[in-house]
Amino acid sequence: MLNGYGGQILRVNLTEGKISKEPTPPELARDFIGGRGFGAYFLFKEVPKGADPLGAQNKLIISSGPFSGMLVPGGGKCDWTTKSPLTGGYASASLGGHFTAEMKYAGLDSIILEGISPKPVYLFIEDDKIELRDAADLWGKGAIQVEKQFKDKLGEEYQVAVIGPGGEKLVSYASINHDYGRQAGRGGVGTVMGVKKVKAIVIRGTRSVPVADKEAYRQAGMALYKACKEAEFLPEWTRYGTTVVTSWCDEVGALPTRNFSAGSFEGGKTLYGPVMRETIVITDKGCFGCPSPCGKYSRSKKYNLEVEGPEYETIGMMGSNLGISDIEAVAKLNLLCDDLGIDTISAGSAIGWAMECYEKGIFTQKDTDGLDLKFGNVEAAFSLVEKIANKEGLGALLSEGVKKASKKIGQGSEKFAIHVKGMEQSAYATHNATAMLISYMTSDVGAHHNRAWAITYDLQVGRDKVVPEKVARVIWLQNFRPMFDVLGGCRLQWVELGIDRDLYVPAIEAITGIRRTWEDLEKTGERIWNLTRLFWARENEDFGREWDMPAPRFYEEPPTTGVTKGQITKLEDVNKLLDMYYEQRGWTSEGMPTSAKLEQLGMAELVA
Amino acid sequence: MRLYADSSKCSGCNACRVACSLNLFGESNPKKAALVIEPHFPAEGVYKVRVCTQCGYCAAVCPTEAIVKNDRGAWYVNFAECNLCEACVPECPEDVMFLRAEMANTAWECDLCGDCVAVCGTNALWIAE
Repeated sequence: MLNGYGGQILRVNLTEGKISKEPTPPELARDFIGGRGFGAYFLFKEVPKGADPLGAQNKLIISSGPFSGMLVPGGGKCDWTTKSPLTGGYASASLGGHFTAEMKYAGLDSIILEGISPKPVYLFIEDDKIELRDAADLWGKGAIQVEKQFKDKLGEEYQVAVIGPGGEKLVSYASINHDYGRQAGRGGVGTVMGVKKVKAIVIRGTRSVPVADKEAYRQAGMALYKACKEAEFLPEWTRYGTTVVTSWCDEVGALPTRNFSAGSFEGGKTLYGPVMRETIVITDKGCFGCPSPCGKYSRSKKYNLEVEGPEYETIGMMGSNLGISDIEAVAKLNLLCDDLGIDTISAGSAIGWAMECYEKGIFTQKDTDGLDLKFGNVEAAFSLVEKIANKEGLGALLSEGVKKASKKIGQGSEKFAIHVKGMEQSAYATHNATAMLISYMTSDVGAHHNRAWAITYDLQVGRDKVVPEKVARVIWLQNFRPMFDVLGGCRLQWVELGIDRDLYVPAIEAITGIRRTWEDLEKTGERIWNLTRLFWARENEDFGREWDMPAPRFYEEPPTTGVTKGQITKLEDVNKLLDMYYEQRGWTSEGMPTSAKLEQLGMAELVA
Repeated sequence: MRLYADSSKCSGCNACRVACSLNLFGESNPKKAALVIEPHFPAEGVYKVRVCTQCGYCAAVCPTEAIVKNDRGAWYVNFAECNLCEACVPECPEDVMFLRAEMANTAWECDLCGDCVAVCGTNALWIAE
């Protein structure tokens, strides 16, 4: 019995239709803890070098962690790891909602999908009853409809993770949807589920998770909830969720505007959190065990729809980034993406890039299937989302992501393809925010914000400063914040409510029986960070410094409007940031972990 | 005293139900909780919460007198005395009297411990007269 764990790893060989379980190795739990740690370990050890992300050798690894399903605020996070069809490197997407809790109650720490099914199936899990079932009648249907169908048939105790048509058709950034609005969104985890022909996973568990010290666990859990409830920011955070930052980003020039050509949007005010709350939000919607629910469930009268969100990233990428100032239009774009099963961030970036191509004359209406793809054209954006998910016309090109699309089109469009390592940059403009810039450049999945949300630190110490302290801060965040994904919990109680992170330490010990301080946890975070870096290098022969470069827009083209007008990070400072980063990480000047570093982290044997 | 719920404040997180199962059974298992959250999604987009009102109808029909009052003045099931007859279940006007033999060898209901209130971040639950 492994305290704090479901205790089993489930393997589903889709090629042969074979299902097997093995006990979760105690040394795996000791060294990689769970969640993202398990995902990174299995990916590195089990997916062979050079595996095609869309081939039978790639795996989709779904993992809960010790906090999942437990009395810990935000214990509702589930990690989805694979070799990314979008980037060719490491992908790890975090799913909220209630799925991960059911995994634990069904006794599962990881579900590993292997091979490719000869026909569409769904995976049904109810404690020990685990079956692959025919999904022919579900194939082609929207994610929302399929989830509803399962819930109506089986009941609310079953949790469902499902891909939409975008995943089936192998859009490179297809998402996995759950709980009518939560996604494992980034890096194409839904694409891999689609190529494996798994339409959905349906899960229900009824078991209790063993813990090391029941009374200490209860006390530690209650103390965490008490701290959250006493946090001064709780009412405001709960009222607006992630949209608390929309106005702030606009004011500081971080709100992506018209394909990141600026950081403030003249139409931004109608996208702000309070406007959204007043006009469309009807319910606060929380993930499992969350005392500070950031989910906002909305109803748009204009478009006659209900949708979870939009949250900040979607507002940034499908609102201001497309020159759209109508929050109800953003809500509709959000719902289209969710139901069709594509990532709102990458889709918003791809459409923004296409709109810029159109306005610059690189695309004409002949290329856009007749769409007048000007920034701000809401109907064109609706249409393009559907074309992407169905890979129709221009949508087929955009479904590959902006790195590949811009390479095909050329004509200078690579310079405004806003990505790092092939992953579209999420919704923080980084013309003049050097900590956030190096955070995006070095993020382990490509340009994603959640590893090191350092933009407030830029404002704190001076945004254009290029100093070692900024890099140190980013590295600390990169080692520390992902540990919540490892533990199966949510970081936002620490980030937004500012609760004392040491309150988690007794909870970890009471649940698992292993005492881990944050110093220990950060060391584990650093090991995982180095492991995923080695994965990138193993899978991409030319991997190195060039892969860490940001979109040229952020060092060549100062915005001509907004509060960051005329501001830019110099190329020499971009390089200086990278030099400092590699040095502080203990990596070579090409960005590779040195053998001394691997030795120091006790990883030499693991990666040999 | 009884438990009250304002469904319009519920975010469906289920922290209350984990805390409840921990109090009743010493387990982390919301399926063994004594209050219910019904999600209504994608439309109408709300949660409906059902809680025990301490009406006592369950106790009135219990043939083994397993349902008695505790020192908080709340009806609760003395697990040792429950004979799984299910007589109490249909009597509950709120449908929060539970018997799921595959999960527990007893019926159960709210014993007014208050842990659900303590963990609810949106103040959807409270105890009052």
